[in-house]
Amino acid sequence: MAKVDVRKHVLVPKHVKLSEKEKEEVLKAYSATIENFPRILKKDPALEGLNVKYGDLIRIERKSPTAGKTVFYRTVVLS
Amino acid sequence: MPDAEEPYVYKKVSTVVFGVLSPKLIRKIAAAKIVTPELYDKEGYPVDGGLMDVRLGVIDPGLRCKTCGSKLKECTGHFGYIALARPVIHISFVSVILTLLRYTCRECSRVLLPAAKIEQYADRLKRLGKDKGSDVMRKKLKDIINALRSGSRCPHCKAKQKKIVIEKPTTFFEDERRISPIELRSRLEKITDADVELFGLNPAAVRPEWIVITVLPIPPVTMRPSITLETGERSEDDLTHKLGDIVRINQRLFENINAGAPEIIVEDLWDLLQYHITTFFDNEVAQLPPARHRSGQPLKTLTERIKSKEGRIRHNLTGKRTNFSARTVISPDPLLELNEVGMPDIMAMKLTVPERVTEWNINYLKEFVRRGPKAYPGANYVVRPDGRKKRLTEETIEASIEELQPGYIVERHVMDGDIAVFNRQPSLHRMSMMCHKVRVLPFKTLRLNPAVCFPYNADFDGDEMNLHIPQTEEARAEAELLMIVDTQMISPRYGLSVIGCIQDAISGNYLLTKNGFSMSRQDAVNLLASAGIADSSKLPKKDVVAGKEIFSALLPDDFSFAGRSKSREEPEVVIKDGKLVSGVMDKNNLGEGSGLLLRNLHKKYGRHFALDVLGKVFKLGVAVLMKRGFTTAVSDTDLPPEARLQIQNVFERAEKEVAGLISHYNSGQLEALPGRTLKETLELKILEVLNRARDETGKIVAMNVEASHTIVMAISGARGTPLNLAQMAGCVGQQALRGRRIENGYYGRTLSCFRKGDLSAESRGFIKNSFKSGLRPAEFFFQSIVGRDALMDTALRTPKSGYLYRRLANALQDLKVEYDNTVRDSGGRIVQFSYGEDSLDVSKSEGGVLNVKRAVNEALEG
Ligand SMILES: [Mg+2]
Ligand SMILES: [Zn+2]
Ligand SMILES: [Zn+2]
Repeated sequence: MAKVDVRKHVLVPKHVKLSEKEKEEVLKAYSATIENFPRILKKDPALEGLNVKYGDLIRIERKSPTAGKTVFYRTVVLS
Repeated sequence: MPDAEEPYVYKKVSTVVFGVLSPKLIRKIAAAKIVTPELYDKEGYPVDGGLMDVRLGVIDPGLRCKTCGSKLKECTGHFGYIALARPVIHISFVSVILTLLRYTCRECSRVLLPAAKIEQYADRLKRLGKDKGSDVMRKKLKDIINALRSGSRCPHCKAKQKKIVIEKPTTFFEDERRISPIELRSRLEKITDADVELFGLNPAAVRPEWIVITVLPIPPVTMRPSITLETGERSEDDLTHKLGDIVRINQRLFENINAGAPEIIVEDLWDLLQYHITTFFDNEVAQLPPARHRSGQPLKTLTERIKSKEGRIRHNLTGKRTNFSARTVISPDPLLELNEVGMPDIMAMKLTVPERVTEWNINYLKEFVRRGPKAYPGANYVVRPDGRKKRLTEETIEASIEELQPGYIVERHVMDGDIAVFNRQPSLHRMSMMCHKVRVLPFKTLRLNPAVCFPYNADFDGDEMNLHIPQTEEARAEAELLMIVDTQMISPRYGLSVIGCIQDAISGNYLLTKNGFSMSRQDAVNLLASAGIADSSKLPKKDVVAGKEIFSALLPDDFSFAGRSKSREEPEVVIKDGKLVSGVMDKNNLGEGSGLLLRNLHKKYGRHFALDVLGKVFKLGVAVLMKRGFTTAVSDTDLPPEARLQIQNVFERAEKEVAGLISHYNSGQLEALPGRTLKETLELKILEVLNRARDETGKIVAMNVEASHTIVMAISGARGTPLNLAQMAGCVGQQALRGRRIENGYYGRTLSCFRKGDLSAESRGFIKNSFKSGLRPAEFFFQSIVGRDALMDTALRTPKSGYLYRRLANALQDLKVEYDNTVRDSGGRIVQFSYGEDSLDVSKSEGGVLNVKRAVNEALEG
């Protein structure tokens, strides 16, 4: 069976890995430490090909019924 | 889990350890050693080293704790201890002791399991203990030992084991010879920590020998306070009585041992000590006679305090009750303000408000005291500055008036204008508990304005509600500022008013504001006055005024509004400069959760004004109906003969159509809809035809029923729908069970009065009759089927959705919107990066959206 790239599915929002600099900026903007961020598993199919490691910050751009477009952040965890 | 790759450690409660206090610990935590059973000396002062020792905490107001220096209620009390002359067994752990004795060697105290086997089973046992608890683990160990036991010798030292039996409750025998607690304790002492673990005990928290008590902790006096009776006599708590027995017997035991008394006397006293300590822990042990008061009633000791329905857990913790509260049946009173609550006078004389005496109000408060508890408004209690409360009775009134001076507190009856918190269960949202101002009224129900029924979800079919009287200045201020009905007007769920006109108030305003309504100016002034509007200067200066002009008298002069109503004749509602120009006032504008009229009033003039206007509108609506008269009658559903003929025709046509569909189906001419079987297609088509027929009768009814009060209620949205009316006048229609026509019952048919395989309308639950004309038996039966199903459905769904809501509310209760608009929990973890993804406070919006256009216009106009 052909492998399906889930990231291309309409229901899967865009996941972007942030650079260390961007990550620091986001942490500062929310004056929060990385532990306070929502998490995402490293093995999450939506992160396939992004080459993430533990502690990376992922920006997720979703459609929102109230705000049109909205950004969400998640930090990569192993388990 | 700390990990090389995952270095963060989150704080977590990993385990909770339960254990037994060691004698060393008991001595360490104790504030005093108790040596004498005496409680008080001749002056009535607690004896040092007695059970009421001042070092154990304070129970008298004004005194300070000898140990920590805190006052009453600040000091939680301190434990003491008694050293027992001889050890005794703790009743709660008898079964553990028995297991330990039976499954360890009487010589070397090792587990009766060969070393190799211990190694083999240890891990498995520990895992079992972790999963299922130490009781299961202990059971498993016993099973293993019993299965492996060969002969009665210890696998370690080869000593011969004897049979151990227990004579309930606390005596152990080894082959007929009694094991004294001393011997027992020394055996338990010898069990190694490793072996203790095999028995499912954590040796750090529970060394087996600690189960045999040598030092008994004495609970602080704060948990066994003495009470002073009316006569001035002191009455001690049950626990203190029991502890007195223990100390007394312990002392005698000491003396007898020291005096070298015969062993038999010592043993008797020892047994007595065991009995007292056992009943101290649990006075309902099966084999023991319970310790009793002199009156013969059994003492309530530690276990009885906690256990059962009257115990601490079910009675005090799970079932907390509150003072200064009241509960009765509610009834409506549209003459009350929205933020008032009517309180029965007898309730007002039971509930009190504490009022502090100052030099300015002393004469005022003296009058309350003078009237006492039986005259309203009087007072029930006077509190002295030292915290002593005195009940006012006929005899004490005079003395209390004399005594009263600044610093005293008078607990006076509740009066008009006092603050109360009103509540109806289930308290699902914050509007279920609102602050109202009291109005003391005759009769015995709590009364509320029907406009606030909606947030409470209350009706008057026997509902009861609770009322609380806040007792401190802070609580009253908080309730008034944060909880008063005004503040709860706009729903945080959808940003519209949750308080609105209902029922008669809607009908009344609809009739008033409909085109064509007019009355003499004189009548209009009276009408406004009866609705509580004294100022009629807004009424136009003419002899006859229109209903819309009367309604406009309630609106502020600079208010403009555009909206829609339910009405077909006057759908556009326009208010210009405080005048209702066109449109009727119906549920769309005055009802709760609909339309922006109330929302805009709230926004422009503030909550107090909006609530005030709403209250007046409500009263006006009711007053209109009072003046005009309003009745719903059976004759409202009468139809002219032509209309009935029309309905007849509709049915005949529909029946023919259904018959046609069935014969099509039988002859195979019917074509299946995509994704449906032939049978389903037939059902769908029949349902469609029948529903169309019902709708047509509805239309005929709507066209032919004369303008009546019943119709007014339906179209103004006050109560009922046009469909309800059609069902009464025209035809009830198809009864549907789970979206289909009724199909089960007998084999191949719904009822025995039909032919098998009959698919016609009347055999499958179509009710041709109206509620007024009456139902045929089969029709009645079909309606009952559907009615029962609907009842079952609600009965099953309510608790289910209620529990779902509860779980959700509990899971979300500590989330908070921070200043940067993020939503975080109490641990600072981010849940949303922007509240609701748009950072919009719904309660400040208008129906969930912002009116940007108006905001811009207002900004431009300055
Ligand atoms: Mg009810
Ligand atoms: Zn203290
Ligand atoms: Zn042995």
